[in-house]
Amino acid sequence: MSVFQRGFQLLASICALTVLVTSFACNGSGPGSNGAVSLHGAGATFPNPLYQKWLSEYEKVQPNIKIDYQSIGSGGGIKQLKEQTVDFGASDAPMKDEDLKSAPGEILHIPTVLGAVVITYNLTGPNQPLRFSPDVIADIYLGKVTKWNDARIAAENPGVTLPGNDITVVHRSDGSGTSAVFTDYLSKVSAEWKEKVGTGTSPSWPLGLGGKGNEGVTGQVKNTPNTIGYVELAYAVQNKLPVAHIKNSSGSFIEPSIDSVTAAAAASAGSTPDDLRVSITNAPGAQVYPISSYTYILVYKDQKDAAKGKALVDFLWWGIHDGEAFAKALQYAPLPADIVKRAEAKINSITAGGSPLRQS
Amino acid sequence: MIWAPESDNPNFVGQVSTWRRVLSPTGNTGDAIFRVLMLAVALLMVGIVVAMVIALTADSMLSIRQFGFGFLTSQRWDPIKGEFGALPFIYGTVASSLIALLISVPFSLGIAIFLVEQAPHYIARPVGFLVELLAAIPSVVYGLWGIFVLAPFLRNYTEPALASAFGWLPLFKGQITGIGLLTGGIILAIMVTPIISAIVRDVLAAVPGSQREAALALGATKWEMIRVVLVNGAPGIAGAIILGLGRALGETMAVTMVIGNRPDISLSLFDPSYTIASAIANEFTEATGDLYLSSLVELGLILFLVTFVVNGIARLLVWNVTRKTGGVGRAA
Repeated sequence: MSVFQRGFQLLASICALTVLVTSFACNGSGPGSNGAVSLHGAGATFPNPLYQKWLSEYEKVQPNIKIDYQSIGSGGGIKQLKEQTVDFGASDAPMKDEDLKSAPGEILHIPTVLGAVVITYNLTGPNQPLRFSPDVIADIYLGKVTKWNDARIAAENPGVTLPGNDITVVHRSDGSGTSAVFTDYLSKVSAEWKEKVGTGTSPSWPLGLGGKGNEGVTGQVKNTPNTIGYVELAYAVQNKLPVAHIKNSSGSFIEPSIDSVTAAAAASAGSTPDDLRVSITNAPGAQVYPISSYTYILVYKDQKDAAKGKALVDFLWWGIHDGEAFAKALQYAPLPADIVKRAEAKINSITAGGSPLRQS
Repeated sequence: MIWAPESDNPNFVGQVSTWRRVLSPTGNTGDAIFRVLMLAVALLMVGIVVAMVIALTADSMLSIRQFGFGFLTSQRWDPIKGEFGALPFIYGTVASSLIALLISVPFSLGIAIFLVEQAPHYIARPVGFLVELLAAIPSVVYGLWGIFVLAPFLRNYTEPALASAFGWLPLFKGQITGIGLLTGGIILAIMVTPIISAIVRDVLAAVPGSQREAALALGATKWEMIRVVLVNGAPGIAGAIILGLGRALGETMAVTMVIGNRPDISLSLFDPSYTIASAIANEFTEATGDLYLSSLVELGLILFLVTFVVNGIARLLVWNVTRKTGGVGRAA
């Protein structure tokens, strides 16, 4: 036997040993060992702080159930759910029809909380919140209103001294549910926006600077005079940014707040379809903040694994009831009561192998 | 005297075989195993690169088929309407990297010359250490510093000064925001300076002392002597610059935070721009739709090829120096 052969044998046995050890390790971590169930979720970044709070609170209630959530973005969440590499996904915008069709099973949308997109700005002079009507916001982002002292801005802000500087527009550069909600709103209030730009997570912005994430937009707005940008409500509140009041479809200027966002959901509850996939931007109602949106957890209606499915429906049930209590402290708007009822029905309809997982 | 040459020590063979048996009871088997292991590691590296190219090409087939060569020349990037063109990103990537080199190369050469030729040891060591420390700062920290310190500074001082002095050039026209191609280039310059200066320092240090002595002996001044050293190290310096360029081309986080992220080609350095790496980092997480994803992957393929070519050139140059002077390029 040559030296080389002996060496090769040794190498081969090392390899075999490695394979053996690895396969043992894999066997050890299979599902259902000692009664613990682990669930994996992935998706939207917007509700991540709330979901992390839910996970840590839920672990106190159900120590046997280990849940983790990766905030990789709505797009990634939908993709992983369709590839069935996670047990639940999460998305700010409801899934599109073609995405639902190409999924390997029926997917349910469970709304969890609501968020809002607010307009923030950096302007020296005004010491009261600016007021905008929808067409002015659209035209600023289309590049048609270019000066702060434009007559149309001035008309809505009587008594406010506006500088004659150019408006510097800031938008999100990363693909984001926040951009999707904002462009969905602009598409509803401006025909020109709908035709030229449209609705999406990464629209082709007619002008402006792109900031990465809420922090990127905020950084550029805070640091650059005469800027306007949009961020999530929670982010604006926590960082005490100036936020504009927006004219809603009833004609009143509304300050973005948890209550005016929940009001938007309540006001559009009647027109919300059965599958709960709905855009509530520009909702009717006097007290409604118009740039609001649901965020959803996405699950398969028929679960493959009964133990995991049971754990999942229990968690979702806990979330839309007990979990809602944590929403306000984190600046999310809780669901209105009638949407909770309809979400309950969705959770109750989840099955494993055809038999329902929750006895209601 | 175990390590003395064999011919000097008649007991050598016996001693070695005793030691051998203790250290390596299996004889040459260890060598064979080692050789196979190293070969496997080296082949694995090659395999990873090949696998990356194959995976990137395979995943971008949809976009390649749909847009063909037009992907490289189109200026539209509209995920909503499904139109994708890479030209603004290629332009932004190359332009920001070139700005970075224009600023960084004189600084890096100056630092390296000072450290090798002029500074006394007690200064050269700490300064060299500090310069290398710059390379260890995470790029997100550079980005935050860019947004909160550099951008306001450029907006308030540098850019207005440039606009008033050279405003007649299209390079310095447009709205001054502190965010844009120039800011991205400057951030990159700061990030590649430690890399270029560290390599150039090693290149200069490896130029044989006899060259310096010869120049001085012929009556050269210190400056003339340094020029001789620079000429000697030129290929190595070029290699260092191209490695810096490679770093600049692929930098993501810091640039994303200050470049403005706008897929537009504008002559003005004040206008926002966009790089390939930034576009991928920004849009990949939320990209839905096969064509959109495929186009982002093709952007990655383009960046990979650009970086691959640049690094190849750098390796060739450094190898060229190593061959001539024996070890000048080793640090690279």
